[in-house]
Amino acid sequence: MGIEIRGINKFFGDFVALEDINLSIPSGQLTALLGPSGGGKSTLLRIIAGLESSDSGTVEIEGVDTTNVPAQKRNVGFVFQHYAAFKHMTVAKNIAFGLEIRKRPKDEVKDRVQELLKLVHLEQWSDRLPSQLSGGQRQRMALARALAIEPSVLLLDEPFGALDAKVRKELRDWLRRLHDEVHVTTVFVTHDQEEALEVSDSLVVINEGRIEQIGSPDDLYDRPASDFVLSFLGPVTRLGDHLIRPHDIEISRYEQAATATGRITRWTRVGFEIRLEVTPDDKLHPDPIQVVVTRAEATALGLHEGDQVWLRPQAGVEPVRA
Amino acid sequence: MRQPKTTGTYVRRGLVIAYLFLLVAWPVSLVVKHTFDGGLDNLQTALSDPDVVFALQLTVYVAVWAVVINTIFGVGVSLLLVRYDFPGRGILSALIDLPLSVSPIVVGLALLLTYGSTNGLLGPSLRDAGIQVAFAPLGIILATAFVSLPLVIRELVPVLHEIGTDQEQAARSLGAGPWQTFRRITLPSVKWALVYGVVLSLARSLGEFGAVKIMSGNIAGQTQTATLSVEEKYQDFQQGTAYATSFLLALIAVAALVVVSVLRPKENPDGD
Repeated sequence: MGIEIRGINKFFGDFVALEDINLSIPSGQLTALLGPSGGGKSTLLRIIAGLESSDSGTVEIEGVDTTNVPAQKRNVGFVFQHYAAFKHMTVAKNIAFGLEIRKRPKDEVKDRVQELLKLVHLEQWSDRLPSQLSGGQRQRMALARALAIEPSVLLLDEPFGALDAKVRKELRDWLRRLHDEVHVTTVFVTHDQEEALEVSDSLVVINEGRIEQIGSPDDLYDRPASDFVLSFLGPVTRLGDHLIRPHDIEISRYEQAATATGRITRWTRVGFEIRLEVTPDDKLHPDPIQVVVTRAEATALGLHEGDQVWLRPQAGVEPVRA
Repeated sequence: MRQPKTTGTYVRRGLVIAYLFLLVAWPVSLVVKHTFDGGLDNLQTALSDPDVVFALQLTVYVAVWAVVINTIFGVGVSLLLVRYDFPGRGILSALIDLPLSVSPIVVGLALLLTYGSTNGLLGPSLRDAGIQVAFAPLGIILATAFVSLPLVIRELVPVLHEIGTDQEQAARSLGAGPWQTFRRITLPSVKWALVYGVVLSLARSLGEFGAVKIMSGNIAGQTQTATLSVEEKYQDFQQGTAYATSFLLALIAVAALVVVSVLRPKENPDGD
């Protein structure tokens, strides 16, 4: 159940947008499609919604083959990056749209709209036009509009991409809590790995039209299947012949069994963390190694710029062979 | 941001005002002045001349039909041009502008060559089917629709581009079919552009002369429109009637423009 995608291919002329995508999205979960821009994740989402057609392959939603079902009959809620608010309608009318199309009785529509306005905290704004709302409010309205039709799946295409950092963070938390309340199968597209790691139950990393890895946020972060996943999900540095996250390196001013030794040649403080650059003594691997420590750690270890240091992976960390 | 006013600002403003005054305001006001030279006499003379009354009625009849045709066709072609990609779209887009760039006389001749009932390409077969195009109201409507064709389309196309397809796609995902999407989303979004296009098209249709003159045969009381009547009366030394008819023509067009600019919402309804 949920969404079953089998053998999807999509070409734009010669460009391969999606290549043999097979994916099972379980019911009731919040799944993120994560990847760089132009990697095909939005195209996949639009194919699920029926806003785009695939060149081959099938899509099943809740056990029904919807490959040839037009978008308006799929009962899919879709939220766009730029809100796609109906500009000539009030907030309440926007939310009621799907229900009015379905010719539901007036009273029922009214009650449902009230309920949704409350859910997205826009009760005060029901008679306003979208142009009188902030970006975050418009996106909440768009979400309510999509939820009004009680969709079998909710699809969000970079829903917070057009918002500023603070609102983005708020809406992200809010979406997570909303999902815990509503439990509709939700798929959202993002290129922001932090957003994906924080909000989703499971992650699908898509790059150049192919699925790189599927798994829980922990799986992907700690056990990346490829260099690409490792480097896309967070910062990466090279220690010896392995790739490792800068904060997974143990650093010491005293001689110890070490993968690399070198001198601290750069010291950048960003808030509570300190980003160090260590230039290795090993002439075979001359590229500087990035190390991240907290300010407290740096003080405890007595680190200073110019110190000779010994580096090795922290206990329990399995670096990936480069 | 507002720039400080300098002498240059006033000079530029003065030039624009003088230009508009000499070219538009003054000549038009002279028509009005001459219309009311003898009080309401000219208007009364004109409106008691059955040929003039007929010409005015025909003009309104023709203009309304031309506008209806251009509205339906214009909305269709605009959607086609903006929402669909097909071979020859660029050529179609260029052809749409043709009626604006080609002299109406040429348009009239071209239509006559196609629809003329004796020598035209389609005319004789249409006549056999009982449809008279040239020298009949149908031909006048055709000629008028042709010359005012681009006005609706040129108003709609940029607005359709600007609103994009997001709202239409959202409507579809919410269950709206193509017709519902068009009626509830697309049409209200382009409403004002459409109204403006229709008014421009109406004004142009009321004033069409060249194409209509050739296509109509210019028979007073039968196929003579108001503009043709103005010319005839003027050359016939009935200047008073000519002025009065011109005044009425201008009045309808100006009234339509004024009504629209009053109705049109002041603030930008699109937000950002």
